[in-house]
Amino acid sequence: MLLAFFDWLATTAGSIALHESLHAYRIVSTVHVVTLSLFVGTASLLDLRLLGATLRSVPVSEVARRLRPWTMAGFALMIASGALLFYANPSPRYQNLFFRVKMAMLVAAGINAWLFHRQVFPRVADWDSDPVPPRRARMAGGLALALWAAMIVSGRMIAYDWFDCSRQPQSALVNLLQGCRTESH
Amino acid sequence: MSLLPFFEWCENADLIVAMRSSLWLFPAIESLHLLGLAMIGGALLVVDLRLLGFGLRRQPVATLARDAEPWLLGSLGVMLPTGVLLFMSSAVKCYYLPVFWLKMATLLTALAFTFSIRRRVAMAVETGVHPGRARVVGSASISLWLIVAIAGRFVGLP
Repeated sequence: MLLAFFDWLATTAGSIALHESLHAYRIVSTVHVVTLSLFVGTASLLDLRLLGATLRSVPVSEVARRLRPWTMAGFALMIASGALLFYANPSPRYQNLFFRVKMAMLVAAGINAWLFHRQVFPRVADWDSDPVPPRRARMAGGLALALWAAMIVSGRMIAYDWFDCSRQPQSALVNLLQGCRTESH
Repeated sequence: MSLLPFFEWCENADLIVAMRSSLWLFPAIESLHLLGLAMIGGALLVVDLRLLGFGLRRQPVATLARDAEPWLLGSLGVMLPTGVLLFMSSAVKCYYLPVFWLKMATLLTALAFTFSIRRRVAMAVETGVHPGRARVVGSASISLWLIVAIAGRFVGLP
């Protein structure tokens, strides 16, 4: 089971070192937060263009193509630093309600991007220079923006211990959603 | 005269005391500050990368600067008030924190630079600004704002 694996992961030397270190953890968390402005910043520009809210005179395909390497670089840094932050505290993160919400949003954002690139973007030539793209493109852009915002907010909330498994009693729903090990089990 | 009494007053202002007694208000303000950080990144980078010769290279810098401006002002409109509230809630800690003073000094420099030199160069590039000069302005902008962001993160750390 995953929780047993994360309990084991927490006993590995690297996890303990990162958990105990002051500077390494601070640097990794700083990279994670500051890269937000590269990753979500450049991704949002494309989403806002899809909504017709900015760069209306620039073809959509040009915005997508030219910003992609920067968004991808930001994404790689986000995932790498995020994985390290998780590695420093595996089980508490895994059982954190906000962390689970954030991961669900990440999956939803991935599906939204995949559907967009499969179903909407291939026909971009038909509306590339339209100041306001068609409805399907606007929906993908708007949904992406909402999901980024939800990810940022839930990510910030991970630091708050309101729903920690160790702070019982919690409601049955919270315990279920986080997979807390409760006494009755 | 020491600024410390002012910082102590900030921390004990009625508004801040009320904010501290709320469970969710402080995290909500932190979240807004982060949402602003994401937005300001896009609004700054689209112009700075172009000044450096990357990103939307085929577009005139002035077009990008004009399109980015409302988003830049909007994100500052979110970040500055939320930042003031976050500062006030732990003003005395900030007073003794060198990285807080570094952030404030760099922030004022970055704001002054962005709305004077950077704006003038971005708006004038097609009328003949040396690409070398555009690159200097782009790197200066990225460096200044990056220091503000990194120092800001360190102010917030426990």
